[in-house]
Amino acid sequence: MPGRLSSTVTAVVFATMVVPAHAATIQITMENLEISPAEASVKIGDTVEWINKDVFAHTATAKGGDFDVGLPAKKSGTTVVKKAGIVEYYCRFHPNMKATLKVVP
Amino acid sequence: MFVRWSAAIAAVALLSGPALAQGTKPTDPQIAHIAYTAGVIDINAAKQAVKKARSKDVKAFAEDMVRDHEAVNKQALALVKKLKVTPEDNDTSRTLSKQASDKLAELDKLKGAAFDKAYVENEVAYHKTVNNALETQLIPSSSNAELKNLLQTGLKIFQGHQQHAEHVAAELK
Repeated sequence: MPGRLSSTVTAVVFATMVVPAHAATIQITMENLEISPAEASVKIGDTVEWINKDVFAHTATAKGGDFDVGLPAKKSGTTVVKKAGIVEYYCRFHPNMKATLKVVP
Repeated sequence: MFVRWSAAIAAVALLSGPALAQGTKPTDPQIAHIAYTAGVIDINAAKQAVKKARSKDVKAFAEDMVRDHEAVNKQALALVKKLKVTPEDNDTSRTLSKQASDKLAELDKLKGAAFDKAYVENEVAYHKTVNNALETQLIPSSSNAELKNLLQTGLKIFQGHQQHAEHVAAELK
């Protein structure tokens, strides 16, 4: 019985991790060499979508190496955030473009 | 050092000299030609660097230059087509092109770390010159709003290039 309970708990926890109840898609725009909003709050499991409106290729590259999303001109790209914390990211091609993601559990 | 600076100063003087001397401003077709030429020059320099550079950072910087300047020039071509403007060759464009081909030949003789250093330092000086010309002359002189807007976007991205080049130059020391 305790075994079954713990496996049920595990299954619930696991299911919550894999399919979060309120997974959302947060859109962040890169336009005219600026990232907007420069600070965005997201939850674990949310998808971040960067929309590159420039004619230049950009990237969304986390300083800690969590993600490195290539964004060709006029295209978008996504990543699913997997752990909590403050993630600073920038564009590898235009290092002046910087922004922050606040990932909450 | 003297040669590099005098070339940069000469370029600044040329960009701000003849066209402003008699109080005549460059026309939009001339501005379009100068801006496009300035882009082509940096693309050619970058292509040489992609082939010759030894440092990984210098090569990556050169690849960034090709990518960005080709993107700006593609926009510029689309704009002049839309506006039915024919870019007009002029003394500033001709001088820039001449200086650039001399520079290409000069850099072609260098190898390894010497090439990397000379290329990056020239990129710093060149972007400074072009940014100054954009800021003080080409942008204020342009009359078409879309052309002005494209030049402003160009200035913003080229200022980033200048900082990037300065950073790479500092790392090489």
